[in-house]
Amino acid sequence: MAKYKLDINGKTYEADVASDTPLLWVLRDNFGLLGAKYGCGIGQCGACTVHLNGVAVKSCSLPVSAIGSKKVVTIEGLSADGEHPVQLAWDEKDVAQCGYCQAGQIMTAVALLNKNPKPSEDQIATAMNGNICRCGTYHRIREAVLLASTKMK
Amino acid sequence: MTIPSKTSRRDFMKVAAAATGGLFLGFNWAGAEAGPLSLVSKASIAAGDINFNSYLSIASDGIITIFSPNPELGQNIKTSFPMIVAEELDADWSKVKVIQAALDTKKFERQLTGGSGAIPHSWERLRKAGATARHMLVETAAKKWSTSASSLTTSDSMVIHPDGRKLSYGELATDAATLAVPADVKLKDRKDFKLIGKAIKNVDNKDIITGKPLFGLDFYREGMLYAMVQRPSGFGMKIKSVDAAAAKAMPGIVDVVTFRNNVAVVGKSTWEVNKARKVLKVEYEAESQIESTADHDKLFKELLDKGEATVRRQDGDVDAAFKSAAKIVRSEYQCPFLPHAPLEPMNFFAHVREDGVELVGPCQLPDSSRNEVAKVLGIAPEKITLELTRLGGGFGRRLKSDYVVEAAEVSSLMKAPVKLIWTREDDMTGGSYRPAVRYRFEAALDKDNNLIGYKLRGVGINAGNCTREDNFPSGAVDNLLIDSVEHKSPITTGAWRAPITNFLAFAEQSFIDEVALAANMDPVQFRLNLLDRAKQKPVGAIKYDIDRMKAVIQLAAEKSNWGKNKNVSQGFSVYFSHRSYVAQVAEVEMKKGAPELKKIIAAADCGIVVNLSGAYQQVRGGVVDGLGHAMYSRLTFKDGAADQKNFNSYRLIRMKEIPEIDVHFVDNGIDPTGLGEPALPPTGGAVANAFFKATGKRLKNQPFVLQDEMKGVNLGEKM
Ligand code: FES
Ligand code: FES
Repeated sequence: MAKYKLDINGKTYEADVASDTPLLWVLRDNFGLLGAKYGCGIGQCGACTVHLNGVAVKSCSLPVSAIGSKKVVTIEGLSADGEHPVQLAWDEKDVAQCGYCQAGQIMTAVALLNKNPKPSEDQIATAMNGNICRCGTYHRIREAVLLASTKMK
Repeated sequence: MTIPSKTSRRDFMKVAAAATGGLFLGFNWAGAEAGPLSLVSKASIAAGDINFNSYLSIASDGIITIFSPNPELGQNIKTSFPMIVAEELDADWSKVKVIQAALDTKKFERQLTGGSGAIPHSWERLRKAGATARHMLVETAAKKWSTSASSLTTSDSMVIHPDGRKLSYGELATDAATLAVPADVKLKDRKDFKLIGKAIKNVDNKDIITGKPLFGLDFYREGMLYAMVQRPSGFGMKIKSVDAAAAKAMPGIVDVVTFRNNVAVVGKSTWEVNKARKVLKVEYEAESQIESTADHDKLFKELLDKGEATVRRQDGDVDAAFKSAAKIVRSEYQCPFLPHAPLEPMNFFAHVREDGVELVGPCQLPDSSRNEVAKVLGIAPEKITLELTRLGGGFGRRLKSDYVVEAAEVSSLMKAPVKLIWTREDDMTGGSYRPAVRYRFEAALDKDNNLIGYKLRGVGINAGNCTREDNFPSGAVDNLLIDSVEHKSPITTGAWRAPITNFLAFAEQSFIDEVALAANMDPVQFRLNLLDRAKQKPVGAIKYDIDRMKAVIQLAAEKSNWGKNKNVSQGFSVYFSHRSYVAQVAEVEMKKGAPELKKIIAAADCGIVVNLSGAYQQVRGGVVDGLGHAMYSRLTFKDGAADQKNFNSYRLIRMKEIPEIDVHFVDNGIDPTGLGEPALPPTGGAVANAFFKATGKRLKNQPFVLQDEMKGVNLGEKM
C-alpha cells in the first residue's frame, strides 16, 4: 500500500492503495467517481475512458502509480451540468440505448475533437474504434461527433 | 373509438385527491389483461397495498408524474410508456416526470423485460389511463365554466374554452379527483396524435451523458463488501479441494467462503478481491461428461442423421413429394455458442439481515429473481425487497437470476451487505449462452419449379425446440416436415436476444435464396409467390399475417430499388418474430475486386411506431447486433471451458465495421407489436445472400469471417 495524490477534475484526491491498482478502481471504489465504467478491464472496450493530460486513456489499464502529477479528467469533470458541446450533441442526437458505454464514448470523442476539431467520418471511426457499444449505437455516435465538431470553439 | 369498461375484473383505475392537493389516478398498465379502472390515495400508494400497479399524478403545480415499472435496458421503455399516457392526456411533455418503480408483484403483473412484449401488452391500458384523467379534467373545467364538456378542447396540459379562456391541469387536478371515474372514455383518433410517432428523446439522457451512477455496478452502500466468485473451471466440473490460505492473507480480504460449487472471495475493494481470487488454489474434478466444440461438431452430423427427433409440424406427405421431385435442394447451416456480453457485466447488491433481505441491481425478471433467492435462503418472498437499477444491456442474459442468488448467498454467509461483481471473464465463461445449433434444410421442386416439399431438422445443444415450426414457409407448402433433436449438455444455455430465430432466420432465409435460385426465380418474387399461395390455399395453421409480411417485403424492395441497381449485389431476407415483421436488403459492392458491405435497408412493420427516435434506434441497433454476431462472434469450448474469455479474443462489431443502415416503417395503423428483437433475425441472411450474389460463394456457418469463403476478404471493415 502507498499513498497517492491525484489531480482529478482540478481537485486533489488522496488514496492509500496498492501501486498496481488501476486508476479505474481508484476512481470508482475510493473516490466515488462512478462515471467511468468497467467493461473488460483489459483496454479493449473503452467504457473506462478518461483523459490524462488531455489524452483519452483506458483507466482500467493504467496503474495508479503511473499517474504522478498528470491531470486526470473524468466525465464528471467535463462540464458542470452536461453543457459541453459533445454532451449536448449526444443529447440532441439521442444517442444512448442502455447508456453504459456512453461516458467512455464521450470522453474519447472530446479528446478527438480537441486534437482534430473537424474530423472526417473515417477519422472519427478510427478514433472511436476502441470503444465498443454493445447496443450498436455507432451511427448516432458518429452523427453526434460530427454535430459537436460544428459547435466546438 | 370507445372502449367499454370490463366489469368482470376488479377495478382497473381509481382516483383520489392527495392530501397536498392534485390528482392521483391508479391504473394497471402491466396487468395480465386490460381490465377496468381503480381508487388511490397517497397513503395507499405509500403502503403499496391496493390493486393498481401504476399511477399517474397531476400536482397542483402542473407537474405530471408517471410511474414506470419495467426494467430499462436500452429498449427505451421508460420514455415510450409515459409518452402513450401523455398523448391521451394531452399533457405538456416538458412537465412529465418518470419514476422507475421497484419490484412489486401486488401492483405489477408483468414487471419484466423480455420478448419485445411490453408495448403490445400495455398499449390500450396506457391510453385509457391518460384518456380517463383527461376526461375528468375536462368535466371539472366544464362545471367551473358551466358549459358542456363537449365544447372544450385540451392541449399542453390546458383545458381550453371556445372563447379562449384556459384552465391548467394543475389548477383543475384537486377538484377533478373528487369525480367518479368514468366507465367509458373516448380514445384519440390516430390522426390527432401529437406525441406518438414523433421522435422523443430518452428521458434519462442527461444522467447518462453526465455519467451519473445509474447502473447496478455503480450502486454503493456504506459498509458494503465486494465479492467475486470463482466458479468451476469448465462445465461438468466440480470442486475437489480448496486452498484459500494465500487468498485470505492478501491485503483487503475479509474472508473466503465456499458454497455449492463456488468459492467467493470477499473484501474491501474490487481490485483487492480480484487480485486475491487469482491466488486461490482450487482443484476440480469431472462431475459429468466434459464437452468440447470438436465433440459438438461431430455430434451435430450424427444427430442430423440418427438423432431421436421430435416432430414439430407435419403437413401432407413429404416422402412422396421428395420421391416425385424433379429437383432437390439440400443444405446445412451451423452457428456457435454466443455469450450475451452486455457491456455491464453481471452484478448485484444483497443485504441479508435477520428480518429480511434487500436486493438492488439490474435484472430482467425481478419477480423470479426474488423467488429464487427466497427459495435458496429458505425465507418468504414477502421478506425480500428488490430495487431495480438501470441495466447496462441485457440481451436475455439478465432473464436468469444466478448472479442475484449468488449475491444473496454470499451476503448471507458473510452476514454483511455485499456487492457481487462478475468480471468480463466471469461473464464470458459463466454460461447461459445462445445455444449452438445445426440445421438441415431440404426442398423438393417439381418440373415446373413449384416448391412441393420442405423439410427442416434442427439439432441443438440445450436448445429445446430449435425450430419455429409455424413460421413461413409453413402454410405455403403442401408437404412439410419440421422436427428437432436436442442434445443435453452441461454447458448452460438461455434466451439470447430473439431466441432461436437469431440464427434460424439466417439459415432459413439463406436456404430460401438457394431454393429460389434452383427454381430460376427472383428471390423476392419467389417469396411473394409462396405467400400468395399460402393465402389462396393455406396448408395447415398459418400463424403469421400473410398481408403484413407481403407489405414489408414490398416496402424493402421498393426502398432498395430491388434488382434495378446493377452496380451493387443485393441480398434479401424477411422474418416474422415477436409479433413484428422486418425485411432487409443488404448491398455489397465490389471495390478493387473485393466485396464490401455498403448498406442495409430495413423495412419494419411493428404497427404504430410509438417513439420514432427509439424505434429507429431499435432497428438500427438490431441490425448492427445481427450483423456483428453473424460476422465476427463465436464462443468455443475445450474440455468444458470457454476458449474466449474477453474482448481480445471474442470479437464484437466496432464502429469501423458498420455499413450505412436505412430504416423504413410500414404505416398501417395497427396497434404496436414490439421492436426490441425483430430487426435482428433477418440481417445475417440478407448479408450472406448479397455476398453470394457478389461472389458466388455461399456462407453457411457463422461467424462469417472464419469461413473459407471469406478468406482474404474484408467484407465489413471499410478503412
Ligand atoms: S474497461 Fe477499460 S477498456 Fe474496457
Ligand atoms: S448504449 Fe449500451 S453499450 Fe452503448
